Amino acid sequence: MDPVLDNLDLYWSGFLRSLSIIGWSLLGSMLLGTVLAAFRVSPVASLRAFGAAWVTLVRNCPLTIVLFFMAFGLPEVGVNTSYYVFGISGLVIYTSAFVCEALRSGINAVDRGQAEAARAIGLTFTQTMRQVVLPQAFRSAVPPLGSVQIAMFKNSAVVGAFGVGADLFSVGETLTSARGLEYIPVLTGVAIGYLVITLTAGVLLGVIERKVAIAR
Amino acid sequence: MARAGRMWIVSGGMTTHRTAEGGGSDEPLVVLDHVDKWFGELHVLRDIDLTIHRGEVVVVIGPSGSGKSTLCRAINRLEPIDKGTITLDGEPLPEEGKALAALRAEVGMVFQSFNLFAHKTILENVTLGPVKVRGMKKADAEKRAGELLDRVGVGHQAAKYPAQLSGGQQQRVAIARALAMEPKVMLFDEPTSALDPEMISEVLDVMVSLAEQGMTMVVVTHEMGFARTAADRVVFMADGAIVEEATPEQFFTNPQSDRAKDFLGKILQH
Repeated sequence: MDPVLDNLDLYWSGFLRSLSIIGWSLLGSMLLGTVLAAFRVSPVASLRAFGAAWVTLVRNCPLTIVLFFMAFGLPEVGVNTSYYVFGISGLVIYTSAFVCEALRSGINAVDRGQAEAARAIGLTFTQTMRQVVLPQAFRSAVPPLGSVQIAMFKNSAVVGAFGVGADLFSVGETLTSARGLEYIPVLTGVAIGYLVITLTAGVLLGVIERKVAIAR
Repeated sequence: MARAGRMWIVSGGMTTHRTAEGGGSDEPLVVLDHVDKWFGELHVLRDIDLTIHRGEVVVVIGPSGSGKSTLCRAINRLEPIDKGTITLDGEPLPEEGKALAALRAEVGMVFQSFNLFAHKTILENVTLGPVKVRGMKKADAEKRAGELLDRVGVGHQAAKYPAQLSGGQQQRVAIARALAMEPKVMLFDEPTSALDPEMISEVLDVMVSLAEQGMTMVVVTHEMGFARTAADRVVFMADGAIVEEATPEQFFTNPQSDRAKDFLGKILQH
């Protein structure tokens, strides 16, 4: 395991870089996915259509294609920024479609009467979603949302390889290609890095699930 | 006068303004005019004309599938209608949006299945509307919610969650939640149908006291005892149409239509 132990500082910076991609993508995809899910159950037909179109388009497109669209499409329309931002934006957009659908399953699991009672006391659609439906929908959607986000953590490697660089996956590439170190130990180090993130997330999910569980 | 239906909550006193014969005022509050509704092929409301006066208690009865719940839900537009008009206090019901939300705040609704917000405490259930819709300060809303909960006899349960309460307690909380909005009219959609028999009376007691205090009420129910004692008027529906309207005395002792005679014959048999 010398190749790993000798390059711990590089691994560590890659680990932090991956964490930052994951952190921003988690935040962005949850926010965007929640808005999209609200669109999909909105009383406004055009919003529903927009949400459905977004999910259909994005969910059925490979992540690499979405990333290409970000990196080469956005500059065409005058948006020029770093690969880091392009990469995170692509991952946010891609993941948002899955968050939307996982959350929608949670929304569908909330009894209709809850929303009716909320509307009956005069809450608007947005208030009904924020105060009554979404808090309950999140609770029943914790397991599928967890799966979606753990998939996203691993997809961050694709984003890293795509040109963002310096993340955990790219560290592996650097060590093997540029420095010619052996693949198996280097990649084992990379894998351990991802496992630290995903296994921790799994434990956190269990905690969240128990915390938000409500008696019905 | 215009706020008389609300004053009881604030003052806690008997601010009844019903006429000597107890029939409510002659001021129309809810007016349904030639209302029709279809569920696909099914004609669930047929040319409904109904006027509910301020302070009046109207009990809607009829066999299941007669459209009485739909009628009740149409009044705050939880069910949109296909033809005709419904006005509340002279204002026609708005389409979806902020205006409709504002109108719904004026109409209290109590559901068969209580529908208390499962993730909120009893107190939060009652304060949500006043805080979010009326913009009331949280402390004020909590104080009043406490008073209302005391009134319906569940004040000591304020910190619990709905699932920790019995059905009867939950339904009384639901009534308090609706009252917290100081509604002009209260709609009750089979409020006791999901309750165990021994809990029905605790809910009906609250409703009777509301009626006595002059609240305008539309009550869809199978509780004939409540209809007899608390109603100013009984509306009998069958197959989506209003078949008969009468005082409870007239209706239960001398129903005019065959449909009503048949219905009463069946339910009073046992």
